Amino acid sequence: MTATIEARQAVTAATQPVRFHQVGKAFGQGRRAVVALDQVDLEVAVGEFVCLVGASGCGKTTLLNLVAGLDQPTAGGIEINSSRPAVVFQEAALMPWLTAAGNIELPLRMAGVPKSVRRTKAAELLELVRLGGLGDKRPHELSGGMRQRVALARALASTTDHTGSGAGKPSLLLMDEPFSALDAITRDVLQGELLRIWQATGTAILFVTHDVREAVRLGQRVVLLSSRPGRVVRQWDVNGLTGPAEIAAVDEVNAALRQVISSHAA
Amino acid sequence: MPLDTVGSVEAGLDALDTPVVEAKVSLPRRIVGRVLPPIVAIALFVVVWQILWAAAFWPEFKLPAPVDVGAQIWELVTTGEILSLFWVSVHRAVIGFAISLLIAVPLGLAIANITVVRRGIGPLVSGLQSLPSVAWVPAAILWFGLNDRAIYWVVLLGAVPSIANGLVSGLDQVPPILPRVGKALGAGRWGGIRYILLPAALPGFLGGLKQGWAFSWRSLMAAELIATSPDLGEGLGQYLHNGMSLSDISMVFAGIMLIFAVGVGIELLVFRPLENTVLRARGLTRAS
Repeated sequence: MTATIEARQAVTAATQPVRFHQVGKAFGQGRRAVVALDQVDLEVAVGEFVCLVGASGCGKTTLLNLVAGLDQPTAGGIEINSSRPAVVFQEAALMPWLTAAGNIELPLRMAGVPKSVRRTKAAELLELVRLGGLGDKRPHELSGGMRQRVALARALASTTDHTGSGAGKPSLLLMDEPFSALDAITRDVLQGELLRIWQATGTAILFVTHDVREAVRLGQRVVLLSSRPGRVVRQWDVNGLTGPAEIAAVDEVNAALRQVISSHAA
Repeated sequence: MPLDTVGSVEAGLDALDTPVVEAKVSLPRRIVGRVLPPIVAIALFVVVWQILWAAAFWPEFKLPAPVDVGAQIWELVTTGEILSLFWVSVHRAVIGFAISLLIAVPLGLAIANITVVRRGIGPLVSGLQSLPSVAWVPAAILWFGLNDRAIYWVVLLGAVPSIANGLVSGLDQVPPILPRVGKALGAGRWGGIRYILLPAALPGFLGGLKQGWAFSWRSLMAAELIATSPDLGEGLGQYLHNGMSLSDISMVFAGIMLIFAVGVGIELLVFRPLENTVLRARGLTRAS
Protein backbone atom coordinates (compact mmCIF):
# COMPACT_ATOMS: atom_id res chain seq x y z
CA MET A 1 0.00 0.00 0.00
CA THR A 2 1.53 3.30 -1.02
CA ALA A 3 0.11 5.17 1.96
CA THR A 4 2.25 3.00 4.20
CA ILE A 5 5.40 3.37 2.17
CA GLU A 6 5.10 7.13 1.85
CA ALA A 7 4.56 7.57 5.56
CA ARG A 8 7.54 5.34 6.38
CA GLN A 9 9.77 7.33 4.08
CA ALA A 10 8.65 10.47 5.82
CA VAL A 11 9.80 9.07 9.13
CA THR A 12 13.42 9.12 8.00
CA ALA A 13 13.44 12.92 8.08
CA ALA A 14 13.84 12.75 11.82
CA THR A 15 12.50 16.01 13.13
CA GLN A 16 9.81 16.28 15.73
CA PRO A 17 6.45 16.82 14.05
CA VAL A 18 5.33 19.29 16.69
CA ARG A 19 6.98 21.25 19.50
CA PHE A 20 5.38 23.69 21.93
CA HIS A 21 7.52 26.48 23.39
CA GLN A 22 5.88 28.00 26.46
CA VAL A 23 2.58 28.21 24.67
CA GLY A 24 -0.18 30.26 26.22
CA LYS A 25 -3.69 30.92 25.01
CA ALA A 26 -6.17 33.33 26.54
CA PHE A 27 -9.68 34.05 25.40
CA GLY A 28 -11.02 37.57 25.85
CA GLN A 29 -9.01 40.54 27.06
CA GLY A 30 -8.06 42.35 30.25
CA ARG A 31 -9.32 41.17 33.63
CA ARG A 32 -12.10 39.07 32.22
CA ALA A 33 -9.74 37.04 30.06
CA VAL A 34 -9.93 33.29 30.51
CA VAL A 35 -6.53 31.62 30.35
CA ALA A 36 -6.99 28.27 28.64
CA LEU A 37 -3.34 27.30 28.30
CA ASP A 38 -0.34 28.57 30.23
CA GLN A 39 3.35 27.89 29.59
CA VAL A 40 2.79 24.58 27.92
CA ASP A 41 5.93 22.76 26.78
CA LEU A 42 5.22 19.62 24.86
CA GLU A 43 6.74 17.74 21.99
CA VAL A 44 5.71 14.74 19.96
CA ALA A 45 8.40 12.54 18.44
CA VAL A 46 8.21 11.03 14.98
CA GLY A 47 5.69 8.20 14.95
CA GLU A 48 4.93 8.67 18.63
CA PHE A 49 1.46 8.12 20.10
CA VAL A 50 0.80 10.74 22.79
CA CYS A 51 -2.43 10.93 24.77
CA LEU A 52 -3.54 14.14 26.48
CA VAL A 53 -5.85 13.67 29.45
CA GLY A 54 -7.43 16.17 31.74
CA ALA A 55 -10.75 17.24 33.22
CA SER A 56 -13.07 19.45 31.26
CA GLY A 57 -11.82 23.00 30.87
CA CYS A 58 -8.18 21.99 30.72
CA GLY A 59 -7.76 23.32 27.23
CA LYS A 60 -7.21 19.95 25.55
CA THR A 61 -9.30 20.92 22.57
CA THR A 62 -7.76 24.41 22.48
CA LEU A 63 -4.33 22.84 22.35
CA LEU A 64 -5.35 20.63 19.45
CA ASN A 65 -6.89 23.57 17.60
CA LEU A 66 -3.60 25.45 17.94
CA VAL A 67 -1.68 22.59 16.36
CA ALA A 68 -4.29 22.25 13.63
CA GLY A 69 -3.95 25.94 12.82
CA LEU A 70 -7.62 26.59 13.57
CA ASP A 71 -6.58 29.04 16.28
CA GLN A 72 -3.51 31.15 17.12
CA PRO A 73 -1.60 31.10 20.44
CA THR A 74 -1.44 34.34 22.45
CA ALA A 75 1.99 33.55 23.90
CA GLY A 76 4.92 31.34 23.02
CA GLY A 77 5.27 29.48 19.76
CA ILE A 78 4.42 26.20 18.13
CA GLU A 79 6.91 24.66 15.77
CA ILE A 80 5.34 22.30 13.29
CA ASN A 81 7.58 20.12 11.17
CA SER A 82 5.02 17.95 9.52
CA SER A 83 2.83 18.01 6.50
CA ARG A 84 -0.56 19.54 7.30
CA PRO A 85 -1.76 17.91 10.53
CA ALA A 86 -4.78 15.68 9.97
CA VAL A 87 -7.66 16.26 12.37
CA VAL A 88 -10.39 13.90 13.53
CA PHE A 89 -13.10 15.56 15.58
CA GLN A 90 -15.49 14.12 18.12
CA GLU A 91 -18.23 14.11 15.50
CA ALA A 92 -17.43 12.47 12.20
CA ALA A 93 -18.74 15.66 10.51
CA LEU A 94 -18.82 14.06 7.08
CA MET A 95 -20.18 16.21 4.27
CA PRO A 96 -23.71 14.85 3.87
CA TRP A 97 -23.81 15.58 0.14
CA LEU A 98 -20.76 13.45 -0.63
CA THR A 99 -20.37 9.68 -0.61
CA ALA A 100 -17.87 8.04 1.72
CA ALA A 101 -15.28 8.01 -1.08
CA GLY A 102 -16.19 11.59 -2.00
CA ASN A 103 -15.52 12.68 1.56
CA ILE A 104 -12.12 11.03 1.54
CA GLU A 105 -11.32 12.61 -1.81
CA LEU A 106 -12.35 16.08 -0.63
CA PRO A 107 -8.99 17.19 0.85
CA LEU A 108 -7.24 15.85 -2.25
CA ARG A 109 -9.69 17.69 -4.50
CA MET A 110 -9.02 20.93 -2.65
CA ALA A 111 -5.29 20.31 -3.05
CA GLY A 112 -5.76 19.91 -6.80
CA VAL A 113 -4.85 16.21 -7.01
CA PRO A 114 -5.98 14.71 -10.35
CA LYS A 115 -9.06 12.55 -10.37
CA SER A 116 -7.50 9.17 -11.13
CA VAL A 117 -4.97 9.58 -8.32
CA ARG A 118 -7.75 10.64 -5.93
CA ARG A 119 -9.77 7.55 -6.80
CA THR A 120 -6.90 5.19 -6.11
CA LYS A 121 -5.99 6.96 -2.89
CA ALA A 122 -9.58 6.90 -1.59
CA ALA A 123 -9.93 3.21 -2.39
CA GLU A 124 -6.67 2.47 -0.54
CA LEU A 125 -7.73 4.45 2.51
CA LEU A 126 -11.15 2.79 2.53
CA GLU A 127 -9.37 -0.57 2.59
CA LEU A 128 -7.17 0.71 5.42
CA VAL A 129 -10.19 1.46 7.61
CA ARG A 130 -11.85 -1.79 6.49
CA LEU A 131 -14.60 -0.15 4.51
CA GLY A 132 -13.50 -1.46 1.11
CA GLY A 133 -16.37 -1.48 -1.40
CA LEU A 134 -18.52 0.87 0.66
CA GLY A 135 -17.20 4.02 -1.02
CA ASP A 136 -20.53 4.71 -2.72
CA LYS A 137 -22.48 4.85 0.53
CA ARG A 138 -23.76 8.17 1.81
CA PRO A 139 -23.00 9.19 5.41
CA HIS A 140 -26.60 8.62 6.49
CA GLU A 141 -26.38 5.04 5.28
CA LEU A 142 -23.46 4.28 7.60
CA SER A 143 -23.35 3.51 11.33
CA GLY A 144 -21.65 5.86 13.79
CA GLY A 145 -18.52 3.73 13.96
CA MET A 146 -18.29 3.48 10.17
CA ARG A 147 -18.69 7.25 9.83
CA GLN A 148 -15.89 7.85 12.29
CA ARG A 149 -13.68 5.50 10.27
CA VAL A 150 -14.49 7.44 7.10
CA ALA A 151 -13.56 10.62 8.99
CA LEU A 152 -10.26 9.01 9.97
CA ALA A 153 -9.58 7.99 6.37
CA ARG A 154 -10.43 11.52 5.23
CA ALA A 155 -8.05 13.01 7.79
CA LEU A 156 -5.30 10.64 6.62
CA ALA A 157 -5.98 11.71 3.04
CA SER A 158 -5.42 15.32 4.04
CA THR A 159 -2.01 14.57 5.50
CA THR A 160 -0.59 12.07 3.07
CA ASP A 161 -0.64 14.56 0.24
CA HIS A 162 3.07 14.81 -0.42
CA THR A 163 2.91 17.05 -3.41
CA GLY A 164 2.69 20.27 -1.41
CA SER A 165 4.95 22.06 1.03
CA GLY A 166 4.72 19.19 3.49
CA ALA A 167 6.43 16.72 1.19
CA GLY A 168 8.91 14.46 2.92
CA LYS A 169 8.05 15.68 6.40
CA PRO A 170 6.72 13.38 9.11
CA SER A 171 2.97 13.24 9.36
CA LEU A 172 0.87 14.04 12.37
CA LEU A 173 -2.65 12.97 13.26
CA LEU A 174 -4.67 15.00 15.78
CA MET A 175 -7.67 13.36 17.38
CA ASP A 176 -10.14 15.18 19.61
CA GLU A 177 -12.07 12.62 21.67
CA PRO A 178 -12.86 10.76 18.46
CA PHE A 179 -14.55 7.77 20.09
CA SER A 180 -16.38 9.38 22.99
CA ALA A 181 -19.72 9.59 21.17
CA LEU A 182 -19.69 5.89 20.31
CA ASP A 183 -21.08 2.93 22.24
CA ALA A 184 -18.69 0.88 24.35
CA ILE A 185 -18.14 -2.07 22.03
CA THR A 186 -17.69 0.08 18.93
CA ARG A 187 -15.23 2.24 20.86
CA ASP A 188 -13.29 -0.83 21.91
CA VAL A 189 -13.09 -2.12 18.34
CA LEU A 190 -12.10 1.26 16.95
CA GLN A 191 -9.32 1.63 19.53
CA GLY A 192 -7.90 -1.62 18.20
CA GLU A 193 -8.28 -0.35 14.65
CA LEU A 194 -6.53 2.89 15.47
CA LEU A 195 -3.54 1.02 16.89
CA ARG A 196 -3.38 -1.10 13.75
CA ILE A 197 -3.56 1.97 11.50
CA TRP A 198 -0.97 3.77 13.58
CA GLN A 199 1.41 0.84 13.17
CA ALA A 200 0.62 0.57 9.47
CA THR A 201 1.15 4.24 8.66
CA GLY A 202 3.84 5.21 11.17
CA THR A 203 2.18 8.58 11.73
CA ALA A 204 2.60 10.45 15.00
CA ILE A 205 -0.67 10.83 16.91
CA LEU A 206 -1.72 13.43 19.43
CA PHE A 207 -4.87 12.03 20.98
CA VAL A 208 -7.11 14.00 23.34
CA THR A 209 -9.42 12.13 25.68
CA HIS A 210 -10.98 12.37 29.11
CA ASP A 211 -10.91 8.60 29.45
CA VAL A 212 -7.76 7.55 31.34
CA ARG A 213 -8.21 3.87 30.50
CA GLU A 214 -8.35 4.73 26.80
CA ALA A 215 -5.26 6.94 27.09
CA VAL A 216 -3.20 4.24 28.79
CA ARG A 217 -4.34 1.55 26.38
CA LEU A 218 -3.57 3.55 23.25
CA GLY A 219 -0.71 5.87 24.09
CA GLN A 220 3.02 5.42 24.46
CA ARG A 221 3.05 8.47 26.66
CA VAL A 222 0.21 10.00 28.68
CA VAL A 223 0.28 13.72 29.44
CA LEU A 224 -1.92 15.12 32.20
CA LEU A 225 -3.08 18.72 31.87
CA SER A 226 -4.38 20.78 34.76
CA SER A 227 -7.52 22.85 34.39
CA ARG A 228 -7.89 26.64 34.13
CA PRO A 229 -5.22 27.38 33.23
CA GLY A 230 -4.12 24.26 31.41
CA ARG A 231 -0.57 23.32 32.29
CA VAL A 232 1.34 20.09 31.86
CA VAL A 233 1.16 18.49 35.32
CA ARG A 234 2.82 15.14 34.80
CA GLN A 235 3.72 12.65 32.14
CA TRP A 236 3.83 8.86 32.22
CA ASP A 237 5.59 6.47 29.92
CA VAL A 238 2.99 3.77 29.34
CA ASN A 239 4.50 2.16 26.26
CA GLY A 240 3.62 -1.52 25.90
CA LEU A 241 2.12 -1.94 29.36
CA THR A 242 -0.19 -4.94 29.72
CA GLY A 243 -2.04 -6.78 32.46
CA PRO A 244 -1.42 -5.65 36.06
CA ALA A 245 1.12 -3.02 35.01
CA GLU A 246 -1.48 -1.40 32.74
CA ILE A 247 -4.09 -1.44 35.50
CA ALA A 248 -1.60 0.09 37.94
CA ALA A 249 -0.78 2.84 35.46
CA VAL A 250 -4.50 3.59 34.95
CA ASP A 251 -4.94 3.85 38.73
CA GLU A 252 -1.97 6.14 39.06
CA VAL A 253 -3.06 8.52 36.31
CA ASN A 254 -6.60 8.47 37.66
CA ALA A 255 -5.39 9.38 41.15
CA ALA A 256 -3.39 12.30 39.75
CA LEU A 257 -6.37 13.45 37.67
CA ARG A 258 -8.61 13.36 40.76
CA GLN A 259 -6.10 15.40 42.67
CA VAL A 260 -6.14 18.02 39.90
CA ILE A 261 -9.92 18.11 39.91
CA SER A 262 -10.32 18.30 43.70
CA SER A 263 -7.88 21.23 43.82
CA HIS A 264 -10.67 23.20 42.13
CA ALA A 265 -13.17 22.58 44.90
CA ALA A 266 -13.39 25.81 46.84
CA MET B 1 -8.80 -8.47 22.35
CA PRO B 2 -6.20 -9.78 19.86
CA LEU B 3 -5.93 -7.59 16.79
CA ASP B 4 -6.80 -10.33 14.27
CA THR B 5 -10.28 -10.90 15.69
CA VAL B 6 -10.99 -7.17 15.61
CA GLY B 7 -11.81 -7.38 11.91
CA SER B 8 -14.59 -9.91 12.27
CA VAL B 9 -16.13 -8.19 15.29
CA GLU B 10 -16.00 -4.95 13.37
CA ALA B 11 -17.64 -6.48 10.31
CA GLY B 12 -20.40 -7.84 12.57
CA LEU B 13 -20.91 -4.44 14.17
CA ASP B 14 -21.04 -2.80 10.76
CA ALA B 15 -23.70 -5.25 9.64
CA LEU B 16 -25.76 -4.77 12.80
CA ASP B 17 -25.42 -1.00 13.14
CA THR B 18 -25.97 0.01 9.54
CA PRO B 19 -29.26 1.88 9.27
CA VAL B 20 -31.97 -0.24 7.70
CA VAL B 21 -33.24 1.07 4.38
CA GLU B 22 -36.99 0.97 4.02
CA ALA B 23 -38.36 -1.34 1.36
CA LYS B 24 -39.52 0.61 -1.65
CA VAL B 25 -43.17 0.65 -2.62
CA SER B 26 -43.78 -0.61 -6.16
CA LEU B 27 -43.93 2.00 -8.94
CA PRO B 28 -47.62 1.63 -9.96
CA ARG B 29 -48.62 1.85 -6.31
CA ARG B 30 -46.56 4.98 -5.78
CA ILE B 31 -48.08 6.61 -8.86
CA VAL B 32 -51.59 5.77 -7.71
CA GLY B 33 -50.80 7.02 -4.20
CA ARG B 34 -49.40 10.33 -5.45
CA VAL B 35 -51.53 11.13 -8.47
CA LEU B 36 -54.93 9.98 -7.32
CA PRO B 37 -55.48 12.39 -4.40
CA PRO B 38 -54.95 15.62 -6.40
CA ILE B 39 -57.11 14.30 -9.27
CA VAL B 40 -59.93 13.49 -6.87
CA ALA B 41 -59.57 16.96 -5.32
CA ILE B 42 -59.77 18.65 -8.74
CA ALA B 43 -62.77 16.53 -9.74
CA LEU B 44 -64.54 17.48 -6.50
CA PHE B 45 -63.80 21.15 -7.14
CA VAL B 46 -65.31 20.95 -10.64
CA VAL B 47 -68.38 19.13 -9.32
CA VAL B 48 -69.01 21.82 -6.68
CA TRP B 49 -68.50 24.51 -9.31
CA GLN B 50 -70.95 22.78 -11.67
CA ILE B 51 -73.54 22.54 -8.87
CA LEU B 52 -73.14 26.22 -7.96
CA TRP B 53 -73.47 27.18 -11.60
CA ALA B 54 -76.53 24.95 -12.10
CA ALA B 55 -78.14 26.45 -9.02
CA ALA B 56 -77.72 29.85 -10.68
CA PHE B 57 -76.83 31.74 -7.49
CA TRP B 58 -74.94 34.23 -9.59
CA PRO B 59 -75.67 35.48 -13.08
CA GLU B 60 -73.86 33.79 -15.95
CA PHE B 61 -71.54 36.76 -16.52
CA LYS B 62 -70.14 36.36 -13.03
CA LEU B 63 -69.82 32.59 -12.77
CA PRO B 64 -69.30 30.80 -16.07
CA ALA B 65 -70.15 27.16 -16.69
CA PRO B 66 -67.20 24.77 -16.33
CA VAL B 67 -67.98 23.58 -19.86
CA ASP B 68 -67.65 27.11 -21.27
CA VAL B 69 -64.27 27.60 -19.62
CA GLY B 70 -63.22 24.18 -20.88
CA ALA B 71 -64.31 25.14 -24.39
CA GLN B 72 -62.40 28.41 -24.11
CA ILE B 73 -59.19 26.54 -23.21
CA TRP B 74 -59.87 23.89 -25.85
CA GLU B 75 -60.16 26.57 -28.48
CA LEU B 76 -56.76 27.96 -27.47
CA VAL B 77 -55.33 24.48 -27.76
CA THR B 78 -56.83 23.66 -31.18
CA THR B 79 -55.86 26.98 -32.71
CA GLY B 80 -52.35 26.58 -31.27
CA GLU B 81 -52.68 29.99 -29.66
CA ILE B 82 -51.94 28.46 -26.28
CA LEU B 83 -48.36 27.77 -27.37
CA SER B 84 -47.67 31.40 -28.19
CA LEU B 85 -49.32 32.53 -24.92
CA PHE B 86 -47.17 30.12 -22.93
CA TRP B 87 -44.07 30.99 -24.91
CA VAL B 88 -44.39 34.74 -24.43
CA SER B 89 -44.96 34.48 -20.68
CA VAL B 90 -42.77 31.53 -19.77
CA HIS B 91 -39.72 32.67 -21.70
CA ARG B 92 -39.98 36.07 -20.03
CA ALA B 93 -40.27 34.45 -16.63
CA VAL B 94 -37.33 32.13 -17.30
CA ILE B 95 -35.10 34.94 -18.58
CA GLY B 96 -36.12 37.15 -15.67
CA PHE B 97 -35.45 34.32 -13.26
CA ALA B 98 -32.04 33.64 -14.78
CA ILE B 99 -31.00 37.28 -14.54
CA SER B 100 -32.28 37.36 -10.95
CA LEU B 101 -30.13 34.35 -10.18
CA LEU B 102 -27.03 36.06 -11.56
CA ILE B 103 -27.66 39.09 -9.38
CA ALA B 104 -28.97 37.33 -6.27
CA VAL B 105 -26.18 34.76 -5.78
CA PRO B 106 -23.29 37.25 -5.42
CA LEU B 107 -25.58 39.49 -3.38
CA GLY B 108 -26.53 36.63 -1.04
CA LEU B 109 -22.89 35.56 -0.70
CA ALA B 110 -21.87 39.10 0.16
CA ILE B 111 -24.63 39.50 2.74
CA ALA B 112 -23.87 36.16 4.37
CA ASN B 113 -20.09 36.55 4.50
CA ILE B 114 -19.40 40.24 5.03
CA THR B 115 -20.65 41.68 8.29
CA VAL B 116 -20.83 45.28 7.10
CA VAL B 117 -22.85 44.31 4.05
CA ARG B 118 -25.17 42.20 6.17
CA ARG B 119 -25.84 45.04 8.59
CA GLY B 120 -26.13 47.59 5.81
CA ILE B 121 -28.27 46.02 3.13
CA GLY B 122 -29.45 42.79 4.77
CA PRO B 123 -32.58 44.39 6.26
CA LEU B 124 -33.17 46.27 3.00
CA VAL B 125 -33.22 43.05 1.01
CA SER B 126 -35.52 41.37 3.53
CA GLY B 127 -37.77 44.42 3.42
CA LEU B 128 -37.91 44.39 -0.37
CA GLN B 129 -39.18 40.83 -0.13
CA SER B 130 -42.31 42.03 1.59
CA LEU B 131 -42.83 44.94 -0.81
CA PRO B 132 -45.15 43.67 -3.56
CA SER B 133 -43.18 44.04 -6.77
CA VAL B 134 -46.34 45.28 -8.58
CA ALA B 135 -45.68 48.52 -6.76
CA TRP B 136 -42.74 49.00 -9.14
CA VAL B 137 -44.89 48.80 -12.29
CA PRO B 138 -45.73 52.51 -12.51
CA ALA B 139 -42.12 53.52 -11.93
CA ALA B 140 -40.88 50.96 -14.41
CA ILE B 141 -43.25 52.20 -17.10
CA LEU B 142 -42.19 55.81 -16.51
CA TRP B 143 -38.51 54.87 -16.61
CA PHE B 144 -38.41 52.38 -19.43
CA GLY B 145 -41.70 52.88 -21.25
CA LEU B 146 -44.06 50.07 -22.18
CA ASN B 147 -41.54 47.44 -23.15
CA ASP B 148 -39.81 44.25 -22.03
CA ARG B 149 -37.29 46.12 -19.92
CA ALA B 150 -40.06 47.48 -17.70
CA ILE B 151 -41.40 43.97 -17.26
CA TYR B 152 -37.99 42.49 -16.45
CA TRP B 153 -37.38 45.24 -13.92
CA VAL B 154 -40.52 44.26 -12.04
CA VAL B 155 -39.67 40.57 -12.22
CA LEU B 156 -36.15 41.20 -10.91
CA LEU B 157 -37.39 43.17 -7.94
CA GLY B 158 -39.72 40.31 -7.14
CA ALA B 159 -37.27 37.46 -7.48
CA VAL B 160 -33.86 38.81 -6.43
CA PRO B 161 -34.68 39.44 -2.75
CA SER B 162 -36.19 36.01 -2.18
CA ILE B 163 -33.37 34.15 -3.92
CA ALA B 164 -30.75 36.18 -2.04
CA ASN B 165 -32.56 35.66 1.26
CA GLY B 166 -32.86 31.94 0.61
CA LEU B 167 -29.12 31.74 0.02
CA VAL B 168 -28.38 33.76 3.17
CA SER B 169 -30.57 31.57 5.36
CA GLY B 170 -29.14 28.45 3.73
CA LEU B 171 -25.62 29.66 4.55
CA ASP B 172 -26.60 30.66 8.08
CA GLN B 173 -27.91 27.17 8.76
CA VAL B 174 -24.69 25.40 7.81
CA PRO B 175 -23.46 23.57 10.94
CA PRO B 176 -20.31 25.47 12.12
CA ILE B 177 -18.37 22.19 12.37
CA LEU B 178 -18.35 21.78 8.58
CA PRO B 179 -16.32 24.91 7.71
CA ARG B 180 -13.98 24.05 10.59
CA VAL B 181 -13.47 20.58 9.18
CA GLY B 182 -12.94 22.15 5.77
CA LYS B 183 -10.24 24.40 7.17
CA ALA B 184 -8.58 21.46 8.91
CA LEU B 185 -8.61 19.61 5.58
CA GLY B 186 -6.79 22.48 3.96
CA ALA B 187 -9.54 24.58 2.42
CA GLY B 188 -8.55 28.16 1.69
CA ARG B 189 -11.07 30.99 1.55
CA TRP B 190 -12.38 30.17 -1.91
CA GLY B 191 -11.99 26.43 -1.52
CA GLY B 192 -14.06 26.65 1.64
CA ILE B 193 -16.84 28.52 -0.14
CA ARG B 194 -16.79 26.35 -3.24
CA TYR B 195 -16.39 22.90 -1.68
CA ILE B 196 -17.98 23.32 1.75
CA LEU B 197 -20.25 26.34 2.20
CA LEU B 198 -22.13 26.33 -1.10
CA PRO B 199 -22.95 22.62 -1.19
CA ALA B 200 -23.85 22.70 2.50
CA ALA B 201 -26.23 25.61 1.89
CA LEU B 202 -27.86 23.96 -1.11
CA PRO B 203 -31.10 22.77 0.54
CA GLY B 204 -31.86 26.26 1.90
CA PHE B 205 -30.81 27.79 -1.40
CA LEU B 206 -33.19 25.52 -3.30
CA GLY B 207 -36.00 26.69 -1.03
CA GLY B 208 -35.06 30.25 -1.97
CA LEU B 209 -35.00 29.36 -5.66
CA LYS B 210 -38.46 27.87 -5.45
CA GLN B 211 -39.78 30.96 -3.76
CA GLY B 212 -37.87 33.13 -6.20
CA TRP B 213 -39.55 31.37 -9.10
CA ALA B 214 -42.97 31.87 -7.52
CA PHE B 215 -42.20 35.56 -7.03
CA SER B 216 -40.91 36.05 -10.53
CA TRP B 217 -43.97 34.33 -12.03
CA ARG B 218 -46.29 36.37 -9.84
CA SER B 219 -44.55 39.66 -10.63
CA LEU B 220 -44.54 38.85 -14.31
CA MET B 221 -48.29 38.25 -14.36
CA ALA B 222 -48.91 41.49 -12.47
CA ALA B 223 -46.68 43.38 -14.89
CA GLU B 224 -48.31 41.82 -17.94
CA LEU B 225 -51.76 42.59 -16.58
CA ILE B 226 -51.01 46.24 -16.02
CA ALA B 227 -48.55 47.00 -18.78
CA THR B 228 -50.44 45.96 -21.86
CA SER B 229 -49.38 47.17 -25.26
CA PRO B 230 -49.44 45.65 -28.76
CA ASP B 231 -45.63 45.92 -28.86
CA LEU B 232 -45.28 43.57 -25.92
CA GLY B 233 -46.81 40.53 -27.56
CA GLU B 234 -49.64 38.61 -25.94
CA GLY B 235 -48.76 36.63 -22.84
CA LEU B 236 -51.05 35.07 -20.27
CA GLY B 237 -51.37 38.34 -18.36
CA GLN B 238 -52.50 40.19 -21.49
CA TYR B 239 -54.89 37.36 -22.30
CA LEU B 240 -56.44 37.77 -18.88
CA HIS B 241 -56.59 41.52 -19.38
CA ASN B 242 -58.30 41.06 -22.73
CA GLY B 243 -60.89 38.83 -21.09
CA MET B 244 -61.67 41.63 -18.68
CA SER B 245 -61.91 44.20 -21.47
CA LEU B 246 -64.28 41.95 -23.39
CA SER B 247 -66.32 41.24 -20.22
CA ASP B 248 -65.87 37.57 -21.05
CA ILE B 249 -65.88 35.80 -17.69
CA SER B 250 -65.14 32.37 -19.17
CA MET B 251 -62.02 33.82 -20.82
CA VAL B 252 -60.99 35.35 -17.48
CA PHE B 253 -61.44 32.00 -15.75
CA ALA B 254 -59.47 30.25 -18.48
CA GLY B 255 -56.66 32.80 -18.04
CA ILE B 256 -56.52 32.26 -14.29
CA MET B 257 -56.40 28.51 -14.75
CA LEU B 258 -53.61 28.68 -17.31
CA ILE B 259 -51.53 30.97 -15.09
CA PHE B 260 -52.10 28.60 -12.19
CA ALA B 261 -51.21 25.59 -14.33
CA VAL B 262 -47.88 27.09 -15.42
CA GLY B 263 -46.92 28.09 -11.87
CA VAL B 264 -47.76 24.69 -10.42
CA GLY B 265 -46.41 22.82 -13.45
CA ILE B 266 -42.95 24.37 -13.24
CA GLU B 267 -42.81 23.76 -9.52
CA LEU B 268 -43.80 20.11 -9.98
CA LEU B 269 -41.64 19.43 -13.03
CA VAL B 270 -38.51 21.37 -12.10
CA PHE B 271 -38.22 22.33 -8.46
CA ARG B 272 -39.88 19.40 -6.69
CA PRO B 273 -37.72 16.71 -8.36
CA LEU B 274 -34.59 18.83 -7.84
CA GLU B 275 -35.36 19.30 -4.17
CA ASN B 276 -36.26 15.65 -3.66
CA THR B 277 -33.02 14.49 -5.27
CA VAL B 278 -30.94 16.80 -3.11
CA LEU B 279 -32.74 15.91 0.11
CA ARG B 280 -32.74 12.19 -0.56
CA ALA B 281 -29.01 12.17 -1.29
CA ARG B 282 -28.45 13.65 2.17
CA GLY B 283 -30.81 11.29 3.92
CA LEU B 284 -33.29 14.10 4.55
CA THR B 285 -36.27 12.39 2.99
CA ARG B 286 -39.65 13.76 3.79
CA ALA B 287 -43.13 12.42 3.28
CA SER B 288 -44.39 13.62 -0.08
